[in-house]
Amino acid sequence: MNYELFLKTLPFMAKGMAGIFIVTLVIMLCIVVLNKLTKPKGDSGKK
Amino acid sequence: MEALLQNALNIEWQQIVMWIIGGTLIYLAIEKDMEPALLLPMGFGAILVNLPMSGAVTQVYEGVKEIGIIDQLFDKGIANELFPLLLFIGIGAMIDFEPLLSNPKLMLFGAAAQFGIFFTLSMAALLGFDIKDAASIAIIGAADGPTSIFVANYFKSNYLGPIIVAAYSYMALVPIVQPPVIRLITTKKERLIRMDYKTVKVAKLTKILFPIVVTVIAGIVSPRSVALIGLLMFGNLIRECGVLNSLSESAQKVLANLITLLLGITVAARMTADAFLNWKTLMILGLGLVAFVFDTVGGVMFGKLMNLFSKHKVNPMIGAAGISAFPMSARVVHKMGLAEDNQNFLLMHAVGANVSGQIASVIAGGLILTFFG
Repeated sequence: MNYELFLKTLPFMAKGMAGIFIVTLVIMLCIVVLNKLTKPKGDSGKK
Repeated sequence: MEALLQNALNIEWQQIVMWIIGGTLIYLAIEKDMEPALLLPMGFGAILVNLPMSGAVTQVYEGVKEIGIIDQLFDKGIANELFPLLLFIGIGAMIDFEPLLSNPKLMLFGAAAQFGIFFTLSMAALLGFDIKDAASIAIIGAADGPTSIFVANYFKSNYLGPIIVAAYSYMALVPIVQPPVIRLITTKKERLIRMDYKTVKVAKLTKILFPIVVTVIAGIVSPRSVALIGLLMFGNLIRECGVLNSLSESAQKVLANLITLLLGITVAARMTADAFLNWKTLMILGLGLVAFVFDTVGGVMFGKLMNLFSKHKVNPMIGAAGISAFPMSARVVHKMGLAEDNQNFLLMHAVGANVSGQIASVIAGGLILTFFG
């Protein structure tokens, strides 16, 4: 068991998940902008 | 006669075990339909490279080194990451991002369901793997074969064979691994949550710009992942541009099939008995399961978290589809939804989360390369 290395990896768990969410949020924002910019006029979506 | 039988004396019991493992992979591919395009060539390759003095791998005959074809293929196709990257073009051409583009919120599930990667990284480190091997093992949680091969090979991991076997086996086992985990961490009431599907028409221009935008963002944030995400998105651009239909079809079928075939048999270069048969292989198979379980937990728990703040409740099972194993995990969630309530159709939401998992897993791979590369 390597507790020292285990403890060293914990910050990467936080950084990694934060990194994925940040990139994901940026991509989501881009999708929203793209959808707004390319939305055909009068299209309000159907249920 | 003596000369013919001489090589039989070179057979070692470890090689026989590898023949059995190879035979098992072939059996699972044919009889159980488990990732047959990959497990069958891998199984055959495992037998091929474990024959005594096999000419398929590099051997020294009477002082002269002869390079075997499997090692040649490994050097030309995997050591330089060519095969997994080319396969990504085919995968990109297969993916329809429309369910995601029409409901971008689903991308968050793809992000949350990468939790297993980072959890497994810590577990592998705890179990005594060095940091690069731990990172290579953790990426099994990407639930994405080419990403696993790319990362493990980038770190020159000694465990490439077991990592690939684990990655593809658990992808095939998603319908068995995920349901009990989902049931364990959700209540019946949560599994019964219905979600309306709003049909939003996505403009062709959005579909064309999306792969370009994602490539630029991922390339800026994580330059080491740009080859992976870039070729995935290139494949998708071919699909969506509307003027390269025959190329798109070739990428989806001919290119993907050919590369998968070569990839499968080439991975066997790292399935020689001396490299494969050890306790660490069993540990890697165990850690692969941990990665898939905690990916599922991450996605589902994120769905529960969203419900605390969102006016429109989401069925937390959707989170489990955020892993990259496409389309298996989306189907699993859809079937589980129907099993609880035969009028609860979760498929489109699950597919959206599932394709977002494809992107998120590559981003996760890129981050792992950035952290430890």
